[in-house]
Amino acid sequence: MKETTKLLILVALFLMAYFIPWGHPVIRQSGLEAFLMLQEYAREHVLTCLIPAFFIAGAIAVFVSQASVLKYFGIQANKILSYSVASVSGTILAVCSCTVLPLFAGIYTRGAGIGPATAFLYSGPAINVLAITMTAKILGWQLGLARAIGAIVFAVITGLLMSVIFRKDDMARTGGQIYVPDEDDTGRTLFQDSIYILTMVLILVFAAFAKPAPDAEGLWPAIFAAKWGITIFLLIALGWMLKAWFTKDECKSWIEATWGFMKQIFPLLFAGVIVAGFLLGRPGHPALIPEHYIQTLLGGNSLWANLFASVAGAFMYFATLTEVPILQGLLGAGMGKGPALALLLAGPALSLPNMLVIGGVMGVKKTAVFCAIIIVMSTIAGMIYGTFVV
Amino acid sequence: MEIKILGPGCPKCEQTAKIVAEAVAETGVQATVEKVTGVMEIAGYGVFGTPAVVIDGDVKCVGKIPKKEDVKSWLTQ
Repeated sequence: MKETTKLLILVALFLMAYFIPWGHPVIRQSGLEAFLMLQEYAREHVLTCLIPAFFIAGAIAVFVSQASVLKYFGIQANKILSYSVASVSGTILAVCSCTVLPLFAGIYTRGAGIGPATAFLYSGPAINVLAITMTAKILGWQLGLARAIGAIVFAVITGLLMSVIFRKDDMARTGGQIYVPDEDDTGRTLFQDSIYILTMVLILVFAAFAKPAPDAEGLWPAIFAAKWGITIFLLIALGWMLKAWFTKDECKSWIEATWGFMKQIFPLLFAGVIVAGFLLGRPGHPALIPEHYIQTLLGGNSLWANLFASVAGAFMYFATLTEVPILQGLLGAGMGKGPALALLLAGPALSLPNMLVIGGVMGVKKTAVFCAIIIVMSTIAGMIYGTFVV
Repeated sequence: MEIKILGPGCPKCEQTAKIVAEAVAETGVQATVEKVTGVMEIAGYGVFGTPAVVIDGDVKCVGKIPKKEDVKSWLTQ
């Protein structure tokens, strides 16, 4: 950070401390909401949802072979396969958002071309494990599922549209040597790796198992009653697997990767929750921005509300995962479910800084078309979701 | 010797740069270390995944933080 930037930050903090009327009841209420929302996250989501999800993300980053996926983006790769892999590979490749852009540029200039490249560019940030888990846990499984499905479908459609619109341009692609990450021989079978990651996913599912409705009968209350037993059993199984199948060095790099994600994401999430709480409050509790503004702009399921949510999401920059608390605040303040999905679909994949980098790689015209496709499709998806799922 | 570290500036790339700098210092090899952060420039090396280390035009490692011993062996070859 430059010294002048530091000075500017200090001056901004000073002006905020000096001029904001902290004694005003609305500001007091907003400040309280910020910390109450933080407490809600600390109590409800960190131990049972975020921590297991970080360990899964760490395991994926260290143990899942990226090479096996990336070879489907080479220039000779089967097109159908490229699209399918591009649309789902975000789950294992893009846990860190900084890997998306270089990989996109690589696929675009040296590999499978504009279609798979844009499909990957879109799906990468939208369907990583952490984002989907958080959405499902905090905003409800319907929205989590709609986000996952929407992201995969959108990725394929966006990629296909881009390759059709810019068909001619694609011809001039140059080949050349490509380098994919080295494949290590780990001495484990794919089956063992899958079981290991599946065990962690199950731990996440059971530890975060929601309390069923009081009048529910049969399976769900039974699972809920046994959830800690099952979780402990799974933890013991996981411990056995680690001892039997993994070397000390592998466990160490797993922990390092997990810790890396935590260091990277927790501060952002902390700030995101505080800001969302301050501006929007917890559901049902007003804060700084009056609820009727949100309801007018984003309430219901009108075309206007969905479009506004898509455009706002496309330009706004959401640091990893912070879209979730912000959306939670917005939903609580009266945003419609349709616009919420529209914002989730347009938001993480696009942002103003992101557009500038994409523009540098594939030119202004293609970037504009890419953004327009996503905004239009997010709006439509929001309207469909808002109409049929309430 | 010319060493390039490709990466847009994420923590992993920083760590790679640190490891390479240490390896250079410990082996005493004459080398210039340069960071390449431009996305298009990275793609120009045909590298699918960052961080990556390029020594005298040879792509040595892609998509992970290299071990210091490995870097030393590339330097002394």
